[in-house]
Amino acid sequence: MQYIPNILFAILFLFGVGFFVRNVVRLRRNIFLGKDVEVSDNTSQRWKNMANIALGQSKMVVRPIAGFLHIIVYVGFVIINIEVLEIIIDGLLGTHRIFAGLGPVYNFLIASFEILAFLVIVAVVLFWIRRNVIRLKRFTKPEMEGWPKQDGNLILYIEVVLMFLFLTMNASDYQLQQMGADYYVQAGSFPISQFIAVWFQGLSEATLIGIERTAWWLHIAGILFFLNYLYYSKHLHILLAFPNTYYGKLTPIGQLPNLESVTNEVKLMMDPGADPFAAPAEDAPVPEKFGASDVQDLSWVQLLNAYTCTECGRCTDECPANQTGKMLSPRKIMMDTRDRLVEVGKNIDENKGVFKDDGKQLLDDFITREELWACTSCNACVEACPVSIDPLSIIMDMRQYLVMEQSAAPTDLNNMMGNIENNGAPWPFNQMDRLNWSKES
Amino acid sequence: MSTELKVPTMAELFAAGQQPEVLFWVGCAGSFDDRAKKITKAFVKILNKAQVSFAVLGTEESCTGDPAKRSGNEFLFQMQAFANIEIMNAYGVKKVVTACPHCFNTIKNEYPVLGGSYDVMHHTQFLKDLLDEGRITMEGGAFKGKRITFHDPCYLGRANGVYEAPRELIRKLDAELVEMKSCKSRGLCCGAGGAQMFKESEKGDQEVNIVRTEQALETQPEIIAAGCPFCNTMMTDGVKNKEKEASIAVMDIAELIATAEEL
Repeated sequence: MQYIPNILFAILFLFGVGFFVRNVVRLRRNIFLGKDVEVSDNTSQRWKNMANIALGQSKMVVRPIAGFLHIIVYVGFVIINIEVLEIIIDGLLGTHRIFAGLGPVYNFLIASFEILAFLVIVAVVLFWIRRNVIRLKRFTKPEMEGWPKQDGNLILYIEVVLMFLFLTMNASDYQLQQMGADYYVQAGSFPISQFIAVWFQGLSEATLIGIERTAWWLHIAGILFFLNYLYYSKHLHILLAFPNTYYGKLTPIGQLPNLESVTNEVKLMMDPGADPFAAPAEDAPVPEKFGASDVQDLSWVQLLNAYTCTECGRCTDECPANQTGKMLSPRKIMMDTRDRLVEVGKNIDENKGVFKDDGKQLLDDFITREELWACTSCNACVEACPVSIDPLSIIMDMRQYLVMEQSAAPTDLNNMMGNIENNGAPWPFNQMDRLNWSKES
Repeated sequence: MSTELKVPTMAELFAAGQQPEVLFWVGCAGSFDDRAKKITKAFVKILNKAQVSFAVLGTEESCTGDPAKRSGNEFLFQMQAFANIEIMNAYGVKKVVTACPHCFNTIKNEYPVLGGSYDVMHHTQFLKDLLDEGRITMEGGAFKGKRITFHDPCYLGRANGVYEAPRELIRKLDAELVEMKSCKSRGLCCGAGGAQMFKESEKGDQEVNIVRTEQALETQPEIIAAGCPFCNTMMTDGVKNKEKEASIAVMDIAELIATAEEL
């Protein structure tokens, strides 16, 4: 009978982690629905970027208030997880505070977890105020209505609850330690929860043990719940920010990639030795589709981008089109891409591993043409993203589909392109007049 | 203003068996747009004064393909790119300078994979080198103490990380360089990029160039300096919209220097 808690814990833990692993497998499958892309180059620079941008939070602090608060929550999240390790070992072995033997080191660790937990609560409350009271512009854009707004708040609530459970657990433990209760070894230093412990004075040992155990179980159950919540939320960035910054763009951000399939066509066209009557070989592969109209046309890095986006809206805040009231919001481009990818993934799950045409696509059903054509390609969104997401690349790929597959550019742009084709300039001037300026006074 | 421009073409030099130090890529705006032509001429005056051995492609130059590529027409872009690369390679071009950040970005970043690798400079970088090498001197009299704000072209700044060259030139004019609230890597676009220059903007409640001009006006400048012919047009239109054209000039860095040098 005495092993029942251990067994219950093991079941809870395995179930929590197992469900998470199942979702990670799905996530990976969905991301690799994207096209292959060459990102194996320059590994040292990639590691550096990950260390600076994800681990070092270098782009978060461009906005100092949000950056500072975020670093508190981030550091708190990473460090307090050391405590989770102890909780898991205790849970499996039926021990209590197994690291207590570390003595002063343990006291220091627990004290720092407590201070961090307190700071996390403060930061999260401020985050909540920014979203719901001050209502910062970037959190109230149209794409944030409904679930995205709820999701953002839910994450904050979960974080506060987890921190309070952690502190309550420590407070009751501290009180029990002072009472000299069996099993509750004297260990740890409780700079924050000692103030909660004041409320527990006068409670019986049994009640305190009840409080301590309840908080302990709810805390670990909450953590496992949160772990599994990630997959259904924008909060995946806590994991994906690392691979995403690793696979981020290394070339100058103004450089758009070359479309190889077009290069082959153009070379053939310009080759005077090419046979003008040549028919494609019988077994020639179907020519590649130009550009992107759905998520499968994007690269897997672009799809990773979509899952990594945590909807902070810095991109949209810096976007000139969005600032001037146009429909385009780079954040919405990422959210739409993710939502469509999730939909495609579900479709595949429901149809025994094969995607069944659902008559929908990313273009028009999620992202409208009006949004795509409003972009100035200024790269402000790319620069603003704290985790190296590139919304512009998706916009450009979708423009390529519109122009090269559908010939559906706005009339003005068709005129401009006609001019380039005919006279080598976007305006209808004769190429032979290109040097006239040198003779004008 | 009276001296005649000396603008040799690559073809002329080639015929004479000469190779210039640098190819000046004029670009479509610099060739055809009335406002941008003034920038082109100002830059050539400086090149002439500094006795830089340069040439232009003249009628052999064609659009780099930037607006086509950013519109999604990769096909047209590559047609343009291959044609231009063929000509530049035929002339053995090693170094290119251009006053257009879009041409700069395209030739520098997007031509190499198609076979055109050159040392590409924006004219503000080139001018700064001329200054550092002592080939031009700047007294700055005309602009001494003037408040000048610099609008970062997206394709020079954010896209390629060039923020300092234009600013150092402005400082060398003894002018007071004042920064807008959003500048350098967070500079707001003028609204022309991504082929927006050639189309009506989508429905919204404001125009990008007006918002950017308002940001510039907040610094109470006497001159708004630009480093891109398209930004120049957008900011000029913005200043006109605000009816400030009598008191605030929009000028390219090359024009500032040419004016300071009384060229």
